[in-house]
Order: sequence, then structure tokens, then C-alpha cells
Amino acid sequence: MSFFATPTPVLARRLFLGRSGLVLSGPAVALLAGNHTLAAAAGAADPKDVQILNTALGAELEAIAAYQVGAQSNLLQKPALDLALTFQGHHKEHADLLAKTVEKLGGKAATAKTNYDFPTASLKTQADVLRFAAKLEQGAVSAYLGAVPLFANRDLSKAAASILGDEAMHWAVLRQALGEAPVPSAFVA
Amino acid sequence: MRWLRRARGGAARGLACLAAGGCAAAAAAPPPSAQRGEAIYARCAACHALEYNRVGPKHCGLFGRPAGSVPGFDYSAAMKNAHIVWNAQTLERFLAAPLKAVPGTAMTYDGVPDAAERADLIAYLREAGDSPQCKLK
Repeated sequence: MSFFATPTPVLARRLFLGRSGLVLSGPAVALLAGNHTLAAAAGAADPKDVQILNTALGAELEAIAAYQVGAQSNLLQKPALDLALTFQGHHKEHADLLAKTVEKLGGKAATAKTNYDFPTASLKTQADVLRFAAKLEQGAVSAYLGAVPLFANRDLSKAAASILGDEAMHWAVLRQALGEAPVPSAFVA
Repeated sequence: MRWLRRARGGAARGLACLAAGGCAAAAAAPPPSAQRGEAIYARCAACHALEYNRVGPKHCGLFGRPAGSVPGFDYSAAMKNAHIVWNAQTLERFLAAPLKAVPGTAMTYDGVPDAAERADLIAYLREAGDSPQCKLK
């Protein structure tokens, strides 16, 4: 099966990890693979790492809620609606992984707020929703970029960088959908 | 008296240089730009907004506000006890390296390492505080 012809992102990711030769070592590998026993045996975590993961988790939970608002707004038409739901699914996967990692490292995982304060009054068209999502994704790229160098555990940096790559793709695709240059510059900041 | 005018001019330039952190630096660095700062603020958009709390607290009303004081926002203990009042100087220090400035902050971000970008960002945050969208809040 071709990587480019995979029907779902989950299958594509599995295929990618299996064929790319990408090596994620240590606790991050264990966490990404769902091997929690190995992850827990990896030793005491740096409290700062747990805080970084929890801040990222908070942002992922908010992104899930934001895409839900977009999906239920009746402003998104296919294929933009499918795109939004796919990206929301990715954020759910990120959040799930981050929450499990926080707990396995001995922390208490952040939970979703009961209410999020989104600028719904300013969302009047499909483009408004896509622009709002693109802004969140751009921010997510910067947030992960700003977190990657902070981890004491370099394997967690690698795992965060993996998520960063996914957020960057979301941002590019949303810009493309808006008719903007999908990749506006050679570097992200 | 030409010599006196020259002396006064030199002193004024000297004071301006002191305030700017050196004449070479003052000559090289462009003045802070809120417009450039708005583009840099996009990096904050994963967690912050001007008018409402998100993963991070809202930024309307930031200047002059004590750290950890937005009602209803769940701050880290470190930020609540930081004893900082936000202004250009404290923001400059914090934004350079948030975790060094306030160890234990939930703002787990490596900061804005470029001084000119920090100045632009601070200029934007100041200007945004006076914007209609903040005045309404």
C-alpha cells in the first residue's frame, strides 16, 4: 500500500513509522507505542517536563473544542468540514498521548474546561472559521517550537517535534484552503 | 555662543545614547514597531488572546496589571507569587526567558530571544491595550 494512498491518518502514521526508519528511542518511544510499563520504569520525571506537557495538553483540549465549534457552526461545507474533523481527530490523538504521558510521569493531566470563550460572534463565513483555525494552528506550531528546547528528557522533545510537524501541516493546508500561500516562509518562529 | 550650543547638543545626544543603551545600538536598531509586533504576537495565539482568557490569560489590560491577577484565571503558584507588575521592563525580562524569569510558570515557552522582536511585541501589547477591542472589555 502506498503511503500517499492511505485512507486514514492513523494508518498513514503507522505506515510512516514502520517504513521511514524513524527511530524514537527511550521513554518517548514507549509512550508513543503505548508501552506504559516501560515508560513508567524509565525513572522519575523532571517536574518541568510534566508542566510543559500539561500546558500543551491544555492547548490541545482547547483546539479540540474550537474545531467542534467550527464543525457545529453550519458554516463549513465539504471538503472543509471533513478537513476540520480530520484535524480535530489529530488533536484528540495528541491530547490522549499527552494526558497518558503526564500520568505515567506521575503528574495530574489537565482536563478540558467546561466552557471555552471563543470569538463566535466574529465567525460569519467558512473563511472566518478557517482563518480562526489557521491562527490557532500557527500558534500551536510556535508553542511546540518554544517547548521543544525546554524538555529535560530529549525523547520528549522529539515526541513534541513530531506533533509540531503535524500542526504545521494543518496550518499549511488551512492557508491553502483560504487561497493563501500554504508555506509563507522557509522557517517558522 | 556657538560653543555653548555645541556643548548642549553633545550632552543631549549623550543622554539620548545612555537612554538607548549606547549610540551604536541606537543608530542600528529601528524603533519598536507595533505593526511588526502584531505579526510576532501570532506566536502567542496557541494560548493567548487579547480579550478573553484561554490556556493563558487575556492581554487586554496587561500594562500596569500585577502578575497573576486576572479574575477567574487559574494561574500557577509561581505566577501568583511573582510580585511583578507588567510594564515594558518586566515584560522585556519575562519574554526573554519566561521560565528563568518566573521558575514554575505554566508558560512553558522558550521565549523571544531577539531583543528587537521583544521590543516590537511589547510595543504591540501596549498599543493593543488602547485598541477599541480592549476598551470594550
